[in-house]
Amino acid sequence: MVRVVGGVTLAALAAGLVMGFGVAPREATQGNVQRIMYLHVPSVWVAYLAFAVVLAASIAYLARRAEAADRLAHASAEVGVLFTGLTIATGSIWGKPTWGTWWTWDARLTSVSILFVMYLGYLLLRGMIEDRERGARYAAVLGIVAAFNIPLVHFSVYWWRTLHQPPSLMKPGPGTMPGIIVAALLVNFVAFSLLYVYFVAKRVGLLRREAEAAL
Amino acid sequence: MAGTLPGLLWLGFILSGLLGLGRTFVVEHENDCWEALLLAPGDKSAIYVGKLAGNLLLMLAVEAILVVLFGLFFNLDLAGVLPGLAVVIVLGTVAFAAVGTLFAAMTAQVRARELLFPVLLLPVQAPVLLATVKATEAVLLGEPLGSVAHWLKLLAAADVVYVAVGVLTFDFVLEG
Repeated sequence: MVRVVGGVTLAALAAGLVMGFGVAPREATQGNVQRIMYLHVPSVWVAYLAFAVVLAASIAYLARRAEAADRLAHASAEVGVLFTGLTIATGSIWGKPTWGTWWTWDARLTSVSILFVMYLGYLLLRGMIEDRERGARYAAVLGIVAAFNIPLVHFSVYWWRTLHQPPSLMKPGPGTMPGIIVAALLVNFVAFSLLYVYFVAKRVGLLRREAEAAL
Repeated sequence: MAGTLPGLLWLGFILSGLLGLGRTFVVEHENDCWEALLLAPGDKSAIYVGKLAGNLLLMLAVEAILVVLFGLFFNLDLAGVLPGLAVVIVLGTVAFAAVGTLFAAMTAQVRARELLFPVLLLPVQAPVLLATVKATEAVLLGEPLGSVAHWLKLLAAADVVYVAVGVLTFDFVLEG
């Protein structure tokens, strides 16, 4: 089953690359640099998806005490941190030629980096507690606190920054984008979502075998 | 200088708060009273509210002293802005202490407690710190509280969310 998902993911990623680098036209003002959007925007989508899954799995774990829910939260948080990192990295690579700087304290950049550090702390907490059951409980509580914190982070950073400077350039409104770009983006959305499912499934399987081996 | 003063003030609050909050459950841990907490009759969330109230009192006391010293050393006339400043400080401190008390319970039994506690707490508190520093800045400049109403609403929302999550999840933290 997981292998089938992996195969489909590989095909979808290849299709996404073809769409992004081959089929989609060269953007008029930014040039080829703009093509990184096909990796950047799906990455941040997967990151938010992953953290939403962490929240749901954390609540499920505290309610039912099913170890499967804990493993799902653990795997999803790891994949979420990975894709948050990818978002920041691809954004920086895009920002250097476009804005002329790798990093700026723009609202979105700041809120994504706070998310990154918050969930790194989540993984750190998991790693530092030896007792497995207690680690699972504490991580679930932290997963809930962190998820409820996301809107607060979002609003605070938005008010902090955008009251002073205009919103960032990276706002591809659906109305202003040609259909072919939307199509390329959608293919990549599907591909990255599949990649998320594949990574999480792999990681959950590994965590389950680790738990079985420890018994 | 005026731009950095609110940040300086809150830096003092946060550092003192980190020291105090981090030790919330250390007494129980060092004296092996953790089981006594588990055996305590009634709702576990009462322990959370009690610990939170204690931490709040301690933090507010330290902050009161710090504000006086702050006004003294930076030669600020705080009398006029004190009511507004108090509102901001109380709202911010409740949010800080609510999450701090919860995380202190989670890190009390970890060996690297002093490292892990701020690493967990500070990123989560980023919105609270932004809101308090921005609101304090406006208050110190003599602006009315209405001009920072959005920050105060954010702080109030954070207070409600953090205390509610703390009360609801503390049962699970204190299990064993």
